[in-house]
Amino acid sequence: MSANIAEMERRREAAKMGGGQKRIDAQHAKGKLTARERLEILLDDESFEELDTYVEHDSHDFGMEDQVIPGDGVVTGSGTINGRLVFVFSQDFTVFGGSLSKRHAEKICKVMDMAMKVGAPVIGLNDSGGARIQEGVASLGGYAEVFQRNVLASGVIPQISLIMGPCAGGAVYSPAMTDFIFMVKDSSYMFVTGPEVVKTVTNEEVTQEELGGAVVHTTKTSVADLAFENDIETLLQTRNFFDFLPLSNREQVPERPTSDPWDREEHSLDTLIPDNANQPYDMHEVICKVLDEGDFFEVQPAHAANILCGFGRVEGRTVGVVANQPMVLAGVLDINSAKKAARFVRFCDAFEIPILTFVDVPGFLPGTSQELGGIIKHGAKLLFAYAEATVPKITVITRKAYGGAYDVMASKHLRGDLNYAWPTAEIAVMGAKGAVEIIFRQDRDDPEKIAEKTKEYEDRFANPFVAASRGYIDEVIYPHSTRRRIALGLRKLRTKQLENPWKKHDNIPL
Amino acid sequence: MFNKILIANRGEIACRVIKTARRMGIATVAVYSDADARAPFVKMADEAVHIGPPQAAESYLVADKIIAACKETGADAVHPGYGFLSERASFVEALDAAGIAFIGPPASAIAAMGDKIESKRLAKEAGVNTVPGSPDAIESTEDALKWANDIGYPVMMKASAGGGGKGMRLAWNDEDVREGFEATRREGKASFGDDRVFIEKFIEDPRHIEIQILGDKHGNILYLNERECSIQRRHQKVVEEAPSPFVTDKMRKAMGEQAVALSRAVDYHSAGTVELIVSGADKSGESFYFLEMNTRLQVEHPVTEMITGIDLVEQMIRVAAGEELAMTQDDIGIDGWAIENRVYAEDPYRGFLPSIGRLVRYEPPVEPWASDGAKNDTRGVGGVRVDDGVAEGGEVSMFYDPMIAKLVTWGETRDEAADLQVAALDAFRIEGPGHNVDFLSAIMQHPRFRSAELTTGFIAEEYPEGFDGAAASEELKRSLAAIGGVIATVDADRARRIDQRLNGRVHPPGDWAVRIEDRDYAVRLEEDAITVDGEDVALAMEYTPGDRMVEVEADDETLTIQLKPTRTGYAVTTRGATHHLRILPQRVAHLADHMIEKIPPDTSKMLICPMPGLLVKLHVEKGEEVQPGQPLATVEAMKMENILRAEKAGTIAVINAGEGDSLAVDEVILELE
Repeated sequence: MSANIAEMERRREAAKMGGGQKRIDAQHAKGKLTARERLEILLDDESFEELDTYVEHDSHDFGMEDQVIPGDGVVTGSGTINGRLVFVFSQDFTVFGGSLSKRHAEKICKVMDMAMKVGAPVIGLNDSGGARIQEGVASLGGYAEVFQRNVLASGVIPQISLIMGPCAGGAVYSPAMTDFIFMVKDSSYMFVTGPEVVKTVTNEEVTQEELGGAVVHTTKTSVADLAFENDIETLLQTRNFFDFLPLSNREQVPERPTSDPWDREEHSLDTLIPDNANQPYDMHEVICKVLDEGDFFEVQPAHAANILCGFGRVEGRTVGVVANQPMVLAGVLDINSAKKAARFVRFCDAFEIPILTFVDVPGFLPGTSQELGGIIKHGAKLLFAYAEATVPKITVITRKAYGGAYDVMASKHLRGDLNYAWPTAEIAVMGAKGAVEIIFRQDRDDPEKIAEKTKEYEDRFANPFVAASRGYIDEVIYPHSTRRRIALGLRKLRTKQLENPWKKHDNIPL
Repeated sequence: MFNKILIANRGEIACRVIKTARRMGIATVAVYSDADARAPFVKMADEAVHIGPPQAAESYLVADKIIAACKETGADAVHPGYGFLSERASFVEALDAAGIAFIGPPASAIAAMGDKIESKRLAKEAGVNTVPGSPDAIESTEDALKWANDIGYPVMMKASAGGGGKGMRLAWNDEDVREGFEATRREGKASFGDDRVFIEKFIEDPRHIEIQILGDKHGNILYLNERECSIQRRHQKVVEEAPSPFVTDKMRKAMGEQAVALSRAVDYHSAGTVELIVSGADKSGESFYFLEMNTRLQVEHPVTEMITGIDLVEQMIRVAAGEELAMTQDDIGIDGWAIENRVYAEDPYRGFLPSIGRLVRYEPPVEPWASDGAKNDTRGVGGVRVDDGVAEGGEVSMFYDPMIAKLVTWGETRDEAADLQVAALDAFRIEGPGHNVDFLSAIMQHPRFRSAELTTGFIAEEYPEGFDGAAASEELKRSLAAIGGVIATVDADRARRIDQRLNGRVHPPGDWAVRIEDRDYAVRLEEDAITVDGEDVALAMEYTPGDRMVEVEADDETLTIQLKPTRTGYAVTTRGATHHLRILPQRVAHLADHMIEKIPPDTSKMLICPMPGLLVKLHVEKGEEVQPGQPLATVEAMKMENILRAEKAGTIAVINAGEGDSLAVDEVILELE
């Protein structure tokens, strides 16, 4: 072996050791894997090709000139997940606590630029103490360089952030601008200012977990989409999740073989809707029985559970699913559910993922907290998202589609391509009881008359046929045939062409 | 013969009657409440009449509605099934008055046997053994000793109002009586204000064995062998079998003849059952005593049908129509062994909490009500018979019995029938409500069940701490590990067939680390061999991604497994337990060692929401001390209020939910300390 090859190998080995065995052991002791170990699990066997292995920082302040570790705290490169190309960066907490230096940022920017050029997703594994304070403003500049790229890449290539350690201060804004954030329970947190600063400024006592742990962000704040138990679970599930995503907005949705028959009938769906209109049922059942192999990858399951969002496949091809969930708050639309679904719809539209919408919505949630919280603007987000979406849109109304919420939920009027209704559907301005109490206000104190008129209103409007007679519903279908209808519809819509008028960008009510 | 039979019942027993009626060419009418409008028995019948709201008291129990339905449809006979109106003499009389035949015993027999004291008196008169005991309260220790010696030890000294262990004392000898009699009286006085004490024979190792009776209106009464139903939970039968492993020919004859004598004493006809309590400690088989007589078709009648080949429903119909029995006692044999398991919608993993709700998936191991014709259509398909009254997409309703199905198997031997149960239970897929399939499988595999050492205390004795899945052998775990490896490989191979790949075909890993509980199995798939920890495993299975039930040939054994994907592998259910398989490619498996085992929180100190629902009331506040049984919260689910109570004493430490919150299943409502 020649001396220069030996030197290369020596340097490679040195780079692989990151911050050294002691720090690796410390990382393991916290239940965390190292940056490279994580990539081992995330990527296909031996597919990882590292770039910038030998990059070092250029700082000469505060003794940094004596501490140089190749790679500078982030492992970058590309590899494959089930054979498909992905660019990755994985922060190495064993090297300067994963802190972001100018060079560290440049490495991230390099893979992002590559990913943009070739049209492949970026997955960032975040485990960093924050800015490299010794570098001062250079580090801040580095963050901003990454932010700018996140923004330009948004809607062009899918970006996924895995938060697998600390992510605080300015660092949070890069993940915040990516499409999906997954967090590891108990070992990751995200906040703009940490508990100590909070204590100094507002005198609030709060733990890291309470301020920005995985549970908080996946239930209350909706900053993150999913929380997993540990590194391994996070990485394995990210692989599964990745398989749903197109490589870029220039590519079609991926397709993989399935033996689930496209025309599988599910007769049990014919009895899903309870006799009692106020009794809930689990919309997951419809979704799982319609999708291939019952496989539904739900995002934000723990936040605004009155609406369900997630990915699945029909005939092996990815679809996005949005559905009201009657089990939670009767499936009503409110601020959180509208925001959650709007963002999901826009992701699907950006990446040409067809959208299936299952509707059972009694309307918008009334109340001061909603009105004063700005439900008008937030509700408009979902309306806006559906209206601007040009991807194939198939809608199935299973039960209630009342009032403005009917319009919002991918109705025919918002360019729904195929709008189906089950025979149990009720498309109306409001529920019969409410309607009668308004129309026949003078008879309010005559319960018999109210009951009679309610019955009359129900008979007239509590069905899908009035809407169908106007063409707002394309067809009233057997619930058991839903999968077949959807599969066929998606086939026919593969060649759909629809463009919005040219504009610099729209002005969605943020 | 009748033209049209109305079944005054619901669920599986309605289906059961319809099945036989149909075979006999008799038209059928179902009656149904609002809750059953979509039930299979309604569809199965030729006609159906709606008889009211879900509450049985306003529908299935209203005789007038049943009779009106008969008149409306022209039904000339009624089969009552079991429960509801089946043992109501007044119903039989009302039918009589309306000129409609009752497919069951005479009203007088129902009335006589329906009265506890009267039935015991009749039994005694007819020469049936009854539990020996003092007829009146005993005044003194001297009298007590006399009675105890007459009856024979052991005896139970029972305060008149005693029960639940209180005011009850067991005596094995004179010494015990001398010491305990007065104490029992004092206890009775102190606890119940009643110091009357009786003495009764104590039945050791009690077994529940019953005799099936069949009689016609011409004075012929036969006994169709016995059934053993010792495996019960809180007096609810769980497992029944025929014949009983405890009963000898001699004992069978003695029991059968006594049962016939009793039936004759009340001019019985149709099917009936004489229930006996039997001391398992007395191997002579002579210690059997009358409990009661059930004047109806029993839930567990299929096990008798399977070993005798007699369709009991058919016989009941023929008898009611006045036909003479076409068989004699000599024609009644015992062919093989039959076991019935009752599949209930109750969750053994949660203290057998009743579970209701929608059957999201329901696939019995064989088609319900199907038959391959064996033994007069009584043995289902290949010895597996499913009698049920539900269907996928149907509801297990809170209004009625939570039984989902009866799984009945037949084999040449008891072990064969039990093995068939295990296999059939593995292939029973139920999703939605909690169910006891795993528990039943565990019983079927239990060494004590196999050795037939049964008593009515079996479940309480064998599962004192509740049920946590059947124990799995090391061989089974190795097979499961190998299965996990195969499934992971097939899944990975399919995942790698996604389009838009960078390079050509990527091969799936063939080396896996499969963790079951806390043990790692190294599974390797080679060209034509599978090894676990280096040793060859014989495994044959066909698995396609998305399959939820797979049949596997492992080590010369056929195994049906049910699969549910988890975040790191699969939950595999088979042989009465669910095993969580964590499946990692071998190359990264060592990294899993760094994961910190998260100790699951101590759920015994938490109030966990058992079903999705609305928190309508919190009965306690933070810092409050609570006693066991004290109501903590009320959750409304499916329009029913469920009061959740404290299991242990403690102080409310944390309250996580507020009134009006929608709760998910397993959500922690509050924590105690």
